[in-house]
Amino acid sequence: MKFQKSLKATLLGASLAVIAATGASAKTLVYCSEGSPEGFDTALYTAGTTFDASSKPVYNRLVEFRRGTTEVLPGLAESWEVSEDGLEYTFHLRKGVKFHTTDFFTPTREFNADDVVFSFERQLKSDNPWHEYTPGASWEYFNGMSMPDLIKEVVKEDDYTVKFVLNRPEAPMLANLAMDFASILSAEYADQLAEAGTKEQLNQQPVGTGPFSFVGYQKDAVIRYAAFDDYWNGKQPIDNLIFAITPDAAVRLQKLKAGECHVMPYPAPADIADIQSDDSLTLVEQQGLNVGYLAYNTKQAPFDKKEVRKALNHAINKQAILDAVFQGSGQAAKNPIPPTMWSYNDDIKDDVYDPELAKKMLEDAGVSDLSMKVWAMPVQRPYNPNARRMAEVIQADFAKVGVDVEIVTYEWGEYLDRSKAEDRDGAVLLGWTGDNGDPDNFLAVLLGCDGVGGSNRAQWCNEDFEALIQKAKTVTDKAERTKLYEEAQVVFKEEAPWATIAHSVVFMPMSSKVSGYVMDPLGGHWFDGVDIAE
Amino acid sequence: MLRFILGRIGLLIPTFFGVTFVAFLFIRLLPGDPLELLAGERGISPERKAQLMVQMGFDKPFLQQYWDYVVGIFHGDLGVSFASKKPVLDEFLTLFPATAELALCAIILAVCLGIPAGIFAAVKRGSFFDQTIMGTALVGYSMPIFWWALLLIVFFSGTLGWTPVSGRISLMYFFPQVTGFMLIDSLLSGEKGAFLSALSHLILPSIVLATIPLAVIARQTRSAMLEVLGEDYVRTARAKGLPPRRVIGLHALRNALIPVITTIGLQVGVLLTGAILTETIFSWPGIGKWLIESISRRDYTVVQGGLLMIAGVIMVVNLIVDVLYGLINPRIRHN
Repeated sequence: MKFQKSLKATLLGASLAVIAATGASAKTLVYCSEGSPEGFDTALYTAGTTFDASSKPVYNRLVEFRRGTTEVLPGLAESWEVSEDGLEYTFHLRKGVKFHTTDFFTPTREFNADDVVFSFERQLKSDNPWHEYTPGASWEYFNGMSMPDLIKEVVKEDDYTVKFVLNRPEAPMLANLAMDFASILSAEYADQLAEAGTKEQLNQQPVGTGPFSFVGYQKDAVIRYAAFDDYWNGKQPIDNLIFAITPDAAVRLQKLKAGECHVMPYPAPADIADIQSDDSLTLVEQQGLNVGYLAYNTKQAPFDKKEVRKALNHAINKQAILDAVFQGSGQAAKNPIPPTMWSYNDDIKDDVYDPELAKKMLEDAGVSDLSMKVWAMPVQRPYNPNARRMAEVIQADFAKVGVDVEIVTYEWGEYLDRSKAEDRDGAVLLGWTGDNGDPDNFLAVLLGCDGVGGSNRAQWCNEDFEALIQKAKTVTDKAERTKLYEEAQVVFKEEAPWATIAHSVVFMPMSSKVSGYVMDPLGGHWFDGVDIAE
Repeated sequence: MLRFILGRIGLLIPTFFGVTFVAFLFIRLLPGDPLELLAGERGISPERKAQLMVQMGFDKPFLQQYWDYVVGIFHGDLGVSFASKKPVLDEFLTLFPATAELALCAIILAVCLGIPAGIFAAVKRGSFFDQTIMGTALVGYSMPIFWWALLLIVFFSGTLGWTPVSGRISLMYFFPQVTGFMLIDSLLSGEKGAFLSALSHLILPSIVLATIPLAVIARQTRSAMLEVLGEDYVRTARAKGLPPRRVIGLHALRNALIPVITTIGLQVGVLLTGAILTETIFSWPGIGKWLIESISRRDYTVVQGGLLMIAGVIMVVNLIVDVLYGLINPRIRHN
């Protein structure tokens, strides 16, 4: 029975693709993606690869990030108001927005407030019939962003007005609503699936209001989309979008060169020069919204003294790290937030590399014969392509100022868990990639007092810093928030709970026939507005 | 013969319990908590973690979890993947035909080239041909798969443009999966050119995957043949004046094939589980990559279920090999 159903769905999907492909001059863009989506109901997952294949082509959100920036723009909501106390966000919804018509669903109505309420309540309320609609369903991004504590209720005022009532003021709320988990699904489609007893299809055959409608997915191989003719923001220049799943970076490049795909993510750093010298390819680059750092344990002697931490920061040769570890795909970090983020304080002076000064500062702090551990992650991350190598460079740097370093590592899950401990022995290499482009998402999560014993790996709780970031959470005026965060970065630099190491640069090779591709500082891959020459 | 087969099937029961228990235990012994891995740098609050532990059944005693799992298996339920939230059995059945198709092509290639090469090397023992074949086999056996694969891609797909770089079929073809075997489905689709496209996509991955089994089979055939060629009955056959082709093809080969079939059976198991690198490089949507990703994510249900299914397939292959032995050599059957 199940087999028959899936066969029928695939057959229908195939017929649609044939129709799309046989159009007069159908333009098809092939993206060699790096991995398979875990599913198509975005809110169930946390991986960027899944978001690229689900929320970005298929869905919209109430508010969207302006492409290439982290600025929040109207999306499915045309406008909004925030109450004076910051506890109520009222959204006025766009009218005339259509959901995709596909082989498996034909909408009878346009997008309205019911869809917004459905999309959030299923994550928020444990008694919602869609809260556990598929085995193992959990809303980890929604939970990770503390939404269940933050949102009191989502109220439909009328068909085109929705109010979010919060438990406390939260300035980054708008940016949160532009995130992938806040994608808006069709309540009508959900009702239809519930009635047919096939709720799990919501995660396999998505229906949204986005620029591309879903056509079919062959697991671990190919995902097909067709441009949505009735997209509220205008039909796309291309007709078909195909994700050809290609996990190996060298093979992705070969496919790009052979014309089997037009855009690829994550090239191997060693191939960058080759790509640049190829006239048929274009290489676009973007500073990643991330930071790689070395977090001291500020609760452990002698790292509880800021003079010691500051001295060690002067001992690190960041240029050597950039050369050895990033190979041209990184820039030195002086602040805990990346330069592309608003409120970045460029007036701050970095701790210059000066081993002599570092030695003297350690002597002045009464520290001699210091031995310490440096934790190196076992995995490659966007903010740190080779933590072991980075730790070795730091080990050599610290040896020059008389500090003996032992490098330790654990399996990744263990590493994440153990590095949270307040009594952790040693400084830990880790990093962060921004979720929503709001400075709060870096400064409060990674350095706030609530994060001690958790995501605050420096175990650092500073009164002045905390007061600034807490105030910035409650103020909605961006200029005022900017000032507060700039001050917070000054406190951070003086106190030096981390050695800020680097922000990575992300490269995106594509065929020179491709135009209109804009890189996303948040690391997503978007294909609306992208065109390809015949 | 039936008793022989039933006896072999009977042996599968303890093997089943062994495999399920070992997979269940070992994946849990690995350091690393799936919930921590899922949460990444952000981390997970202790309350939320406790909640998810209950939801996933990790709060129950180990043996209780194992028992629930075994009962589930007998109801056809291998559990749900933590990562994709989809039933493990469905995922396996979607991906396995791709692995099986590639493994079959590779083993056919390895057998068709390996056995004649081994026979030829044995017959021409010590000659230039023997040394060349055995030297090539040694190189094939020792070559790093990923390097070999990339070399072939760069040369045949990049420089010459003869073969596609990766995937199972050209993206222009899109038809329903009936059997999951692309060669068969492309024929069933009736689309012009689809079969040739699927075949051309199979060439490089099959060569890469066949390289090691080919070398192993060639070497095994050569040594088995050498042993048999020295036997009295072969000398007798030759003395009787039988043509060399008949002596080698009938008298020697049939007896030499027994250890070679054992090797082929074992290689099928290796191919089904060892195609991970080949699958990754050629973007081949099979079970190897799926399992490796699941191990690194500590996706317990997928690892347990996937290992069980692979073990099942290998057991069936071994059963077939045992039966083939019986057919070739009646003494085994009677013992």
